[in-house]
Order: sequence, then C-alpha cells, then structure tokens
Amino acid sequence: MATIHDVIPPFQLFQPTTLDAAADLVREHGDEAWIMAGGMDSFDWLKDRTKRTEAVIDLSMVEELRGIREVEGGLEIGAMTTLTDVAEHPAVRDRFGVLAQAAALVASPQIRHQGTLGGNVSQDTRCAYYRRGWTCYRAGGNICYADTPTAINREHAILGASRCVAVSPSDTAPALVALDAQMVIRRGGQERVVEAEDYFVGPSRDIRHMTVLESGDLLTTIRIPATWAGARFYFEKVRDREVWDFPLVNVASAIRENGGRITEARVVVGAVAAHPLRLHDVEESLAGAMVNDETLVRAGELAIRGARPLRYNAYKVPLMRNLVKRAVRGGPTGTTA
Amino acid sequence: MGSTRLVGENYTTPDLLAKVTGRAKYAEDFRVDGMLFAKLLLSPFPHARVLSVDTTAAEAMPGVRGILRAGELPAPADTVTDLGETIRANPMGERALTDEPVYAGEPVLAVAAIDEETAAAAIEAIRIEWEPLPFVVDPLESLRPDGPNPREQGNSWGRAPSEAGGPPGELVVQSIKWASADWGEVDEGRLPEGDHQTDWSYGDLEAGFRDAALVLDETFSTPNNQHHCLETRTALAYWQNGKLFMHTGTQSAVQTVASISRWMNLDLADVVLITEYTGGGFGSKATGAVSCMIPAMLARKTNQAVMMRITREEEQMIGGLRPAVHGRIKAGFARDGRLLAVDMMTVGESAAYEAQGDAGTSGRIVSLVYQPAAMRMRSTTVLTNTPPRRAQSQPGGFQGIMLMEPVVWKAARELGIDQVAMRRLNAPVGKAQFGPPSGNGTLPHVTSSFLVECLDRGAELFDWPTRVARSGQRNGSTVRGAGVAVSSFVAGSVGFDGLFLITPEGRMIVKSGIGNLGNENVFDVHRVAAEMMGVPWDKVDIHWGDTANHLPWTCVSGGSQTTHAMTRAAHAAATDAIAKAKEIAARTLGGNAAAYRVADERVSDGARSMTLAQVAQQAIRLGGRFDGHELPENINRVTTTAATALAGQGLMGVARDTYPRDGTTFGFAAGFAEVEVDLETGRYKVLDFTAVGDSGTIIHPRNYGGQLLGRSVLGMGHALAQKTVYDQHYGLSLANRFYQNRPPTILDIPRNMQWDAVNLPDPETPVGAKGIGEPPVAAGAMAILNALSAALGDEIYRRAPVTLDTVLMALEHGRPMQEPLTAHI
Repeated sequence: MATIHDVIPPFQLFQPTTLDAAADLVREHGDEAWIMAGGMDSFDWLKDRTKRTEAVIDLSMVEELRGIREVEGGLEIGAMTTLTDVAEHPAVRDRFGVLAQAAALVASPQIRHQGTLGGNVSQDTRCAYYRRGWTCYRAGGNICYADTPTAINREHAILGASRCVAVSPSDTAPALVALDAQMVIRRGGQERVVEAEDYFVGPSRDIRHMTVLESGDLLTTIRIPATWAGARFYFEKVRDREVWDFPLVNVASAIRENGGRITEARVVVGAVAAHPLRLHDVEESLAGAMVNDETLVRAGELAIRGARPLRYNAYKVPLMRNLVKRAVRGGPTGTTA
Repeated sequence: MGSTRLVGENYTTPDLLAKVTGRAKYAEDFRVDGMLFAKLLLSPFPHARVLSVDTTAAEAMPGVRGILRAGELPAPADTVTDLGETIRANPMGERALTDEPVYAGEPVLAVAAIDEETAAAAIEAIRIEWEPLPFVVDPLESLRPDGPNPREQGNSWGRAPSEAGGPPGELVVQSIKWASADWGEVDEGRLPEGDHQTDWSYGDLEAGFRDAALVLDETFSTPNNQHHCLETRTALAYWQNGKLFMHTGTQSAVQTVASISRWMNLDLADVVLITEYTGGGFGSKATGAVSCMIPAMLARKTNQAVMMRITREEEQMIGGLRPAVHGRIKAGFARDGRLLAVDMMTVGESAAYEAQGDAGTSGRIVSLVYQPAAMRMRSTTVLTNTPPRRAQSQPGGFQGIMLMEPVVWKAARELGIDQVAMRRLNAPVGKAQFGPPSGNGTLPHVTSSFLVECLDRGAELFDWPTRVARSGQRNGSTVRGAGVAVSSFVAGSVGFDGLFLITPEGRMIVKSGIGNLGNENVFDVHRVAAEMMGVPWDKVDIHWGDTANHLPWTCVSGGSQTTHAMTRAAHAAATDAIAKAKEIAARTLGGNAAAYRVADERVSDGARSMTLAQVAQQAIRLGGRFDGHELPENINRVTTTAATALAGQGLMGVARDTYPRDGTTFGFAAGFAEVEVDLETGRYKVLDFTAVGDSGTIIHPRNYGGQLLGRSVLGMGHALAQKTVYDQHYGLSLANRFYQNRPPTILDIPRNMQWDAVNLPDPETPVGAKGIGEPPVAAGAMAILNALSAALGDEIYRRAPVTLDTVLMALEHGRPMQEPLTAHI
C-alpha cells in the first residue's frame, strides 16, 4: 500500500469536561486512546499518518487540569496549563524563575499559547528518522538509523544511548528535574506520584517511550515543592534560531549558597540524552565548594565524563561542558538569553 | 517628463488593502461549484521504476472520481520562439508525473475525490510494485571513478554529436567520472581538480600568479536551499467550452499562458490564467509550475473543477532547490591588494532533470565584481537524485560571491588592507568588462556600475571605522566583528511591450502582464507612463492578473528584469501615445504637432489646448493607429491580440521597447553587518545590518528599501542556519518542515536595518532604472560571514550555513573541523 504523509485520518473525538470523565475515558480506551493536550506533538504525528489512533481524548475542555495553585510554599500546576501561563505567572517568576525561563523559551509565542506544561514534558522525541516513520528500535524495529556511518545525527545523544540515540526535546523537563518536581499521575480512580527525575526514561529502560506513563495513565498535575523557592537559578537554551527551535543543548540549575559556598545544587542538562540528565556527580562536587574557576572547570569536566559523540554531534560535548560551567557560575546568559 | 511627479515618490499600491485585510484571493481561496480535490502519490524512493499499479481498491472507494497516471499526460511539446526557431522538448526533462521517479517525493500519480480525506485514503489503498534503482545524492560521490549515477545513462547533460555548421545535437545524459589520481586533495578539504564541462579564460593567468605577492587557494561549499514561498504551488483548474481556466501563482501572468499551452498542447487562446496574487516565487515559479497540469488533466477527465492544494512538505520536494555549488578558487593579489589572477572551478549540483547554470554563472559574477586582470573559469554540473533545481534569487551570482568573498577577506587581512578599501580597489567602474569573452575574444561590458558609491555611502551610514575598531574585542564570553561584502547580478532585459488606453472620460487604463508576487513592480513601472502622460495616479486603473483582460507581452519577473524592461516598455508606449496626442491636437486645433506638449491631462501648444479626454474622443473618431485599429508591426503577437481587443476604446499607447542599449545591465549592492559571537556556545547574533544598492533611478523608494533589505534577509538565511539535510545511504530528506530546515525568523535579523540607494541613472535606459531584487542576497549572506571572520579569524568555516557547531568546534580545535564537501549535511 502506498504511503501518504498528509491529511489527518478520521478518528473518534472525545472531549471530556471533568477529570473523572477524562480518567474513565483514558482507562476505558486503554491502548486505543490518544491523549491530546495542546496538540503540538499530536497533530504532527497524525497529519503525517505515521502514528494513528481510533480515538483522541482531547483534554482541552477539562478546567480542573488548568491553572497554578500555591500550596505550602510550593506550587501545583495543572498539566493543561499553557506554557505562556507558566512563563507569566507571578509566583513561578518570583520563586521558581528557572521554570518561567524554560517555559518562555519553548518554540514560539503561538506554540506556547497552545502548548501545555503536561504536553511539553510528555512529548515524543524529534529524531527525524523516527518522526518520519522509519521502523527503528523506538518504532519497534531492530536498527537505529541515526547511528549509522552516513546518519545525520547533529541533534542526537552524546550520553545514555542504548541502541537508540534520540534525545529529549523538552525545555521545561530539565527545569522541573532541577526543582525536584513531582508528577501526579491518575489511573482510573487511583493516583500515584513520581519524582520528575524518574518520570523521564531512557532507552535502556524503555526504548519505545520517553516517560513512565503507561496505557491508561493520565498526567494531571506537576507539583513544585517549596524546596528550591528563591534559590539561585540558571536556565539557558542553545538553538540554531532565536525562536521556533528545539534545544541543541539546554541546562537548568538551582543552587543554594551560604557565605560564598555552595551548600546544595541541582544541575540538569537536556537534549544530550533521551531524558533530562541530572548530573549527580557534578552536584556532589559542588556541595561545599566556592564558585571559582577551579570549581567551574571541575564541574564542566565531570559533566561530560563518558560522553560518546556521533559523527555530527561532537560539538555537544564542549557545549554541554561550557553550559554546565555557566549554570554554576550564574549571571546573565550569553547571546541566547 | 510631465509635471505630475510620480517617479521616485512613495505611494500605496492598488492591491495593498486587499492584501492586509485578507480579501485578496490566492489560488487556494477560490471555490467552484462541485469542485474536487486532488492528492499526490509521491515516490518513497530516490530512484525507482514503477512496475505495476493496482488502483482497484482506490477506485472502488465512494467519493473517488478519477486517477491520473503519467502516461495520460500530453507529450512535452517543442517551443517555437518569436523568431520562428524551434526548441526541441527534452524527452528526459521534468514532467508533472512519472513512472520513473528520480528523487524521493516526486509525484507518480494523482487522485481526484470529493474531498482531501477521501483522496488521501485512496492513495493509501493503491498498490504499487517498485523496482528500486541505483541513486546518488552527492555530486562528488557520483564523480568518483566507481561512483553511482543518478540515471541509467549517466550523471551529466551533454549534447549528441552534430553536423558541422548544423544545429546543436540533442540533449543527452552522459557519464563523467574523475580519475582516482584527481581525488588526492579531497581529504584535505580541497575540491579535486578533474576535467570540466566548460572552460573559459582571459588575460595572462600565469603572469598574474607570478607577479602576485599573495596567492590563496580556498575551497568553499554553498548550500542547497528551498525557496520557501509562503504560497505553495497550489492550482485550481476547470474547463468551459474547451477553454482551460487556471488559478495559480506565477512570476509572469502573460508568459505562464505560454507554458501552460505548451504543457497541455493547447492553443494560447484556449488558456485563461487567473493570478492576481502570488505568495512569492524567488525564481521557483518563473513561468508557473508544471504540476498545474495535474488538476487540469484531472478536471478534463472528471469533467469537474479540480483543486490541488500543495502542502508544505510537497513544496519542499517539487518546489525545488537553489543548486549548491562546490567551489575552489586560487587567487593572486598584488601587494596593494589588486586582484591579478583568479583560477576558479566549480561543481554544481543538479537534480536528474534540467540543470541550472549556476555553477558557470558564478564565474561570470566573480569576474565582474572583483575585476581580476586575468581569469580562468572551469565548471561542471552533476546530476543527483534530489529535488529539481530551480533558479533562486541571484542564481549563480549568489554562489560566486559566496565562494569569492572569504578569499578576498582573507587576502585583505593578510595584506593589511581595510576590507572596504580592498573591495573599492577591485570594484567595477563605469562600463566595466567581465568574462567570459565573446566569440571574437572581446569581453562584454556593463551599462553602468556605481559599486564604489555603494561602498562609500554604506561605510558612512554604517560608521565602518568605529565598528572595525571594536572588531575582535572581547567582552566577557562574547566578541564582536564587523563585515562588508559586495555583490551584483543582471538587472534588466529589453524588447517587451507597453499597452494602455486613455479613455474618452480621461482615465488611463494600463494593461500589466507582470506577475504580482509581492514586489509591487506590477504597478510601479506604469507610473513612468502615467507621469509622462500627465495623468494623476488616482485616474490610473491598472488591469493585472487575469489574462482574459487583454494583457501585453511582458518579461518574467525573474533575474531582476522587470523594473528595467517594463519601465522601458512603459516609456515606449507613453512616447507613442504622446506623439499620437500631439498629432490629434494639431489636426483638431491647428498648428504644428511638434509645438504641442502633454502635461496635466492636457495637450497644449501655449495658445491652444484640449484635454486628454477630448483627445481620446478624437482618437476614436479618427480610428486607425490612434485607437488601436492599426498596430505596430514589431510588437509581440500576444500584444497584438490584446490591443486588437481593445481597439476603438480611446487613445492607445502601444509600442515595443526598441531603445538602444550599449552593454548588459547589472545592479550592484554593498552589505555591512556586525555580529556578536558567544565563544562558549559558538552562537552568534547579527546586531546590525546596512545595505546600499545601485540600480539606477529609484522608481518607488519604499518598495526599493523592502527589496534591498528583504532580499538581504533571504541571503542571511543561507549564512545563518537554513539548509537541506539528506541521509546519503538512503537518499532521503530529513528536513521537510520549516523547523527542520530553519529559514530565518524575524528574531534572527536585526531590528533596525538601514538602507540607501546611490540613485544615479543608468545611462543606457530612458528612465535610468535597473532592477534590485538579486544583488542584496549575497551581500546579506557574506557581510555576516565576513563579520564572523572579523570576530574570530578566517579559519572557522568552509561551507555555509555556519551554525554554532561549526564555530564551537573550530574554536575548540583551532582549525575548521566541518566536512567541507559532503552534500546536504
């Protein structure tokens, strides 16, 4: 049968208006259901006819899933809150600025108005081979087309690859991991809470999925604990264009200091692996350290330990090293601010 | 000229309100009763043969109305030129559909159905048995001794042998391979030196290199790039009483009728084209797109109107590409910076269809812009299994400038000469000469060049000395650099027709055959005629974009011809009407025709006077040539048809441009840019940009500024990030979306760019005006890349675009690290 990458095929559309109804629908339809948040990832797949579904559950009418609430010094952000609302919310800006910055750098204004925080952290990878429908490991096949001698892999992984070399394209994901965020997942009438760091998974654990979400699961809320409120934050996204681009590498950090010494740190890098990469070794090396050249160099070198570049992405190694140094150093970002 | 001053003044074009309010209808916006929608089945292979097609299931689907196969298309017809010369159709050229696709994404068949959903589902229900064939997407791979060929017959166009003195032999595809020994330098990043298809030279090359104080040998690759027209090549077609009505975008309303009639084997009179608005062409819609045959054929087959909306992804494939050129330039400079010798060779990329001349044209422009005392140019164009190559803004000239500017930059730096002074020293002046030599060995020359004036004005506007002083200065992790680049391209053709009427009510009705692709000269050029006739602009009606509306023979709006060609035609038509008006006045009022003049809507000799409305009434009474019942012999047959239909409606101005011209018309531009590079990320930002153009007299300043800066931005895209991406092993594109091939966004360019024009008339055209669309493209691109060199030194990049990975890796390793010659990475 011939292939056409055009025109969204027909499907049943469900537009629940309550969370309970949405959860029931998700459970009822299981594997058949395509859960759609802002649609920025979904429409691409559906229009290309690369992935199909019989039923789309559109969450845009569920008011309970929208909005930002202050809870015990932290925040609860509904999964359907738009990226624009996250970026502009006073509490996010004042106390968790790293998330506001990350959200404000996603794609373009139009996409941020439509795209949601829940969608941004649950989106699929942008590996051009996989998105095109090539039957790679991630698509259930037995080859990675992006890791062959002729493959174009400028945007692919330098760390954590396991057969698949795709990367996480999210800007908000590293910021959420740096904030020790928690993801609230609903399954039927049950709720479970997963640490943001564990929400995102690499190919060695699940080569078909980017998150722990399983069929029947619904991400409802992102909780930001008070832990890092008002910390020294840094976010930087490096991309080819000033707008409407996925990250080549991004970095998020949260740092607590006391008398010039770092007491605790979170440093997370995106788009270098299939999931946002929290740099535990770097964080440990920073605990108790002064912010000086020696500390920065050590952090940068530790960050890239074990990096294995492909033919066209060796630049990501020095880029990641330099961004981690900047994230620790703090101050204004470079030209991509 | 008359007292009604229009030339050089800003005004609001008659289409503006419709465009900004959304009332303007582009091809896709039309709806016809019962119209069907067509969808294409595209080849999934870079090269394959269709062995069998089973459409049974598709045809059985409710709502499917027709399926069109390649074999149903009319055979390509020969072209007969105005001179009666027959140009044979190329049997191996591009067609609308094919059973042997030669690039992935090439249309194989089309389905018409009641809606797009049904058509798409029908495509999926079609079974095709394919025979995959050998392919290649990299021209240098194809040139290797055992390299694959994109077509069975070879990898390049040539001509079959012909009889001595006879017409040239027919076009054939043949195989060119370069011997193993030629490939030694490839690993060092140098373009190999094989045998080339074309080879021209002038001057004493050896002496030039012998006398040179500095000799450089540099290889550089320019990118393939889509045109990214915001309007894709959508077409709506229907038939009424044997006439084909076509709605589609094009770069020439009038000349597209000719191509449609040739593609469809129809009489010119049986094609009506409606094309009032076109969303960009940039060379890719020169005389329409051959794909418009598909809805036309399906409409005939189904007896219903058929709309074929082309998606962005399809446009990326069938819309075509600017051809990349891989170039190597050996250049010798005197101690004072004068360019003594250039030995240039290029390998141009092509699809497996008609090749563009960019690889060769690049040498012509280098010869003109940098005026080497001696030059040799060799070039070869290699076919590959990638999308059709089409002319794109400054075709060939862009690549030539891109190959040469880094060489000039490096030379000036090594010789310690200011970059503006270096370009000024080598700039063409006046009726400057350029290669290749003509048949008798002499070099052709331009009509005028004011490039030196562009550089001087630009340096002043940009405050060049201040910016140079801070080039290379580090601030935190950033460093700035200021760059300049010069550029040129052809800017005008001759020999087209003007046609207008002065009505008995005193209005001026101008017939414009120019395509309305956003550059406003569909209206601008006619202000010349209105000004000469002394008619205020609010009494001028422009008829454009519907070929049922009696439009005259007009140039294609490509290669920046229009302003030059059509102001000449407008001038000729106005001159004709003025002579007629004076004669009518003398006949009516008495006196000598020569004593009359036309101004302020009147014809008068000081004592006697009549209005143009009265002149028009008289013209109708007198008939003959006055009202178009007798027409000049030398106008094009298209104009004759149009003017014949208009005869008897008023005073007719109709004439062909036969003004003499000494030289070939070129426009010039200089671009200045300042960038800031972040040394820790490799990312750079364009802080500021200034462009100054030389294209003679400025007709419409606001439009001119828009062209100058808009086309500079087109060039900037080629410098910053825009590119095609192919996996060579599979021969398939990996960048089919805007976010993947990355044209520049509004945030990637400086907020406040400046422009100015030299505004000195070209002496070889009556209005003094030349085109400006093309030269800014390379000036925009290379001012930026030179600024990057000013910031970082000139051992950073060897191809464009220059993205942050290239910069960061070069900074890390102290030398360029990017593969310079691999195609589509």
